[in-house]
Amino acid sequence: MQGVTEKHGYFIIGKEVQRVDAFQKVTGQAKFVADFDMKDMLYGVLVLSKYARARVKKIDVSKAKILKGVKAVLTYKDIPGENQLGEVVADMPCLVPEGEEVRYHGDVVALVAADTLKIAKSAAKLVEVEYEELTPILTIEEALKNEYKVHPNGNVLTSKRIRKGNIEAGFADSDVILEDDFYAHYQEQAYLEPQGILATFDNNYGITIYGSMQCPYYVQSAVPKVLGIPMNQVRVIQAETGGAFGGKEDVPSYVASQCALLAYHTKKPVLLVYSREVDIQTTSKRHPIKSHYKLGLSRDGKLKAVEITAHMDMGAYATLSPIVMYRSLVHAASAYDIPNVKVDIDGVYTNKVPCGAFRGFGSPQVLFAMESMVSEAAKRLKMDPIDIRMKNALRVGSRTSTDQVLTESVGAVKTIEHAVKISNYDELKRQVIEFNEKNKFKKRGIGVSHIIYGVSLGAAGQHLDAAGALVQVHRDGTINVHFGNTEMGQGAKTVISMIAAEALGQKMDKIRVDNPDTSYVQDSGPTVASRTTVFGGNAVKSACESIKSRMAKHFAKTRKVPIDEITFENGTVKTSNGEEEDFGKLAQECYDANVKMIERGWFVSPKLYWNPETGIGEAYITYAYATQIVLVEVDMLTGRTQVIEGYTSHDVGKKLNPVGLVGQVQGGFVQGMGYGLFEEIKTSSGKILTDNFNTYIIPTISDIPKKLVIDFVEDDYSQGPFGAKGIGEPSLMPTPAAVANAISDAIGRRIKRIPATQEYVMNLIEEVK
Amino acid sequence: MLVRFNLNGENIEAEAEDDERALDFLRRLGMKSVKEGCGEGECGACTIIVNGKNVVSCLMLAPELDKTEVWTVEGLSAKGKLDPIQKAFVEVGAIQCGFCTPGMVMSAKAFLNKNPHPSEEEIKKGMEGNLCRCTGYFKIVDAVKRAAGEG
Repeated sequence: MQGVTEKHGYFIIGKEVQRVDAFQKVTGQAKFVADFDMKDMLYGVLVLSKYARARVKKIDVSKAKILKGVKAVLTYKDIPGENQLGEVVADMPCLVPEGEEVRYHGDVVALVAADTLKIAKSAAKLVEVEYEELTPILTIEEALKNEYKVHPNGNVLTSKRIRKGNIEAGFADSDVILEDDFYAHYQEQAYLEPQGILATFDNNYGITIYGSMQCPYYVQSAVPKVLGIPMNQVRVIQAETGGAFGGKEDVPSYVASQCALLAYHTKKPVLLVYSREVDIQTTSKRHPIKSHYKLGLSRDGKLKAVEITAHMDMGAYATLSPIVMYRSLVHAASAYDIPNVKVDIDGVYTNKVPCGAFRGFGSPQVLFAMESMVSEAAKRLKMDPIDIRMKNALRVGSRTSTDQVLTESVGAVKTIEHAVKISNYDELKRQVIEFNEKNKFKKRGIGVSHIIYGVSLGAAGQHLDAAGALVQVHRDGTINVHFGNTEMGQGAKTVISMIAAEALGQKMDKIRVDNPDTSYVQDSGPTVASRTTVFGGNAVKSACESIKSRMAKHFAKTRKVPIDEITFENGTVKTSNGEEEDFGKLAQECYDANVKMIERGWFVSPKLYWNPETGIGEAYITYAYATQIVLVEVDMLTGRTQVIEGYTSHDVGKKLNPVGLVGQVQGGFVQGMGYGLFEEIKTSSGKILTDNFNTYIIPTISDIPKKLVIDFVEDDYSQGPFGAKGIGEPSLMPTPAAVANAISDAIGRRIKRIPATQEYVMNLIEEVK
Repeated sequence: MLVRFNLNGENIEAEAEDDERALDFLRRLGMKSVKEGCGEGECGACTIIVNGKNVVSCLMLAPELDKTEVWTVEGLSAKGKLDPIQKAFVEVGAIQCGFCTPGMVMSAKAFLNKNPHPSEEEIKKGMEGNLCRCTGYFKIVDAVKRAAGEG
C-alpha cells in the first residue's frame, strides 16, 4: 500500500490500532438483537400482501387466534395511535386497513406473536385475507402515464432541478455534443444480519426497544406515534448491528413499530427478526434510475454544458426517496467544473418494493452514467480518460454543478495524480494492448472514474445535521463516551475512541464507547451520509476538551505551574519543568476537589444557503473526492467479466484511523464491484424472485481482484475533527462506473446498464459480430 | 429425542425436537455465536465444526449431532486465550460488523486443520462458502495466511 507521508503531531490519531470491539466479535460474545433472551419472550411474524396491487376486502384472524401458543394477532384495528409511517412523507400504513390498497408484495396486513417462532409462522398462515386484485404499475413508463395511480395524488411524488448558467449557450459554444441513455438497476444491501427488533416493557413503565439500526432517533420518533404515547415513554438502545449500508436507516422504524405493537398488546417482550426472504421482499433497495445525458465539450476536452434528465423508481412508498433524490441531483454531473448545467430528476411511484438508502444514496447510479459519458467523450476526442478528467477537475476556487465555490480541502487533482502513480498507468495501458494482441477470446480493459462526494446531509437535511455526546471521566481515569451515532461495522466506536483519547490525552484502552441510547444524548441525526466521524467526532472532541481544561486548571492550581505549559498525552499529564502526574491520579484529585468531570458536546453544521427552485447554492458543507482505475478481463465467449486489479485514491481530509479507512475502502470496492457486475434483483409481477443468497448473488471471496491498491490524499478540512472528512460512501461510489468503463474498453462497446451481467455483456459482444 | 454429544470439549445431553435445526438447538444451548444469516446454507454465518468438518448448521437437524464432536467459536477461546485464527482476525483487522466472523473463524479453523500451509488460491477456495458484506474479504485472506504462518 502506498500512502502519502504526513507529519503526525498526534499520539493516537493516524496510528494503526485494533478495533475496540474486535475481541467481543471474534469470540462470539457480541450481542446482536437475536441473541437477547428474555423471560417469557414471544416471537413475532408478519403477514404480507400476496399481490403487488389489490384492495383488501376482509381480514379474518379468527383461525389464527385460536391456535395454541398464539398470544396476539393484530390488524390495523389494533393500532392505538397513527397508522401512518414514513420518515419524509407519511404515505405508508403500518398495517394496511380493510377497504384500502396493498401497494406492493411486502405490505403488511397483520402481525402475529406466539410462544415460539414455529407457532407464530403457522398462525400467520391461518390469517385469511380477501383481496380484490388490481392492475399494478410495474415500470417507470407505465407510472408516468398516470392511468392508474399508486397514490391518489399521482405517480410523480417530487421533482428536483438544477439550472446553472445557460444550457443552450453552452451547447452552442461546444465543438462536440454527445447523448446517451443509461439504466442502473436495484441493489440489495445484503447486510449479513437481517433486520431485528426486541421490544419490552421496562422498569420505568415505558417501552424499551433494542435493535439492529443506524438511527435510534428515527425509531424513537416513529414508535410513540404508532402507539399513541409520548416520546419520553419510549427508550431506544442500539444492539450490535451486523451491517447496514443504508438498509437500516429508516427501515428499523417500521420493524420497531410492528414489534412494539405486539409488545404493547401482549405486555411481554417480543423479538421480531426478519427471515432473509422477508427482509429482501419488504425492505428498501438502491433505486433503479433511468437517465438521459447530453454533454457538450470544446475540441480540447473542456466540458461546456451538461444536460441530464433522470427518473427514479421509488417503489410503493416514498420512504427516504426525496432526500436520496437530492444527492442524485447534486452528484449527477460528478466532480467537474462545468459552466452550464441543467438537471431534472423525478421520483416515481410504482407497485414494487420501496427504495431508499444504500451507501452512496442515489449517487452511484448517476455517477455511472456521467463517468461513462466522460470516458466516451475522451474516446471521441482521442484523449486519454485521465487527461479529460484532469482538464475538468475541481480545484480551490472552482464552482461545483450547484455553483458552490470551493474554498478549501479540494484533493480532487491529487487523487487523479495518485491513481495514475499507484497504477503505473502508462505501463498498465501498454500491458493491456500487449495482452489483447495475443489473446483472441479474452480481452482486457482499463476503466477510470473520478467522483465527488458531498459530506453529511447537506442543505436539504440541515434540520438533522447536529450531533451530541456525553463524556464522563471516572475517578480511576477510565472514561465512558456516549454519542448519538451508531457502530454498524464501519468502525465508529474505534475512531470515536481515538478522538476521545487524543482530545483527553488518555490511553485508548481506558475509553469505552457505549451503544447509543436515546435517554442520554439528544437527537444526533442519522448515522448516514459518512457524517459520523465529522459530527459525532466533533461533539465528542468538544466534550473531552472541556473536561480536560478543568483538569488542567486543577493541575495548574495545585502544582503552581502556568496552565499553558501543561500537556496531556497518552495517560500522562506533564509540564515542561518536569511536573508529571498519571491521568487517573489527577482524575481522583479532581473528584476530591469536586471538579465537574462530566460534559456534553454538541456540534452543529455550518449553515448552508440553498435555492430549491434553481438548485443553486451550497449543497454540502464540504466534499470528498476519489479517482479509481480498474483492470478487467472479459471472456469474449461467455461475457463473463472479472476485475483483476483496482487502484483507488481517496481524499479523506485527514486519516484518523488508517486500518479502518483501508477496511472501508476494501469493502466498498467489492460491494460496488458486485453492483457493477452481477448483483441482480429479478422480479415477476412485482414480486422479488431473488430473495435469498442462492439467487441474489453477492461477491464471494473468490470474486475479489488479485490486487487492490489503496491510497489516501490528505488535504485538511478546517471544520473536521483533526481535519477529517468522511469515507463510508465514497469507498463504493467510483467502482460501478470504473468497472463499466473497463468493460466498455475491453469489448469496444459502451456499457449502458448496470449490473453489466454476463448476459448483457454477451449480447453487446454478439452485436459487434 | 435425547441428543448426546460433545460440545466444545464437554459431554452434553439435551432434548431436541426431531425437526429442530442444529442451528436453533445450539443457540438454545447458549451458543449464540452461531448466527442465522440466510437459513438455507448460502451465507455460512452458522458454520460449526462437526467431527472435524465445517458444516452449515441451518441445514442440519439437531438429532444428527448425536454422538458427534461439535465445536463453535465459544469453544476456541474457552480459557480466555484466543485461538491463533481468532488472534489473526483481530490483528489484521479482518472484522467489521462481526456477524459473519464466528462462522468465518470456524471455516478457517477446519480449513487450516486440513491444509496448514495453503496458497492464496487455496484459501479463497476453502473460504468460498462464507459471505462477508463488510470487509471485501482482503483482510480475511490476510488473517488466514497469518494464522497459517503462525500455526
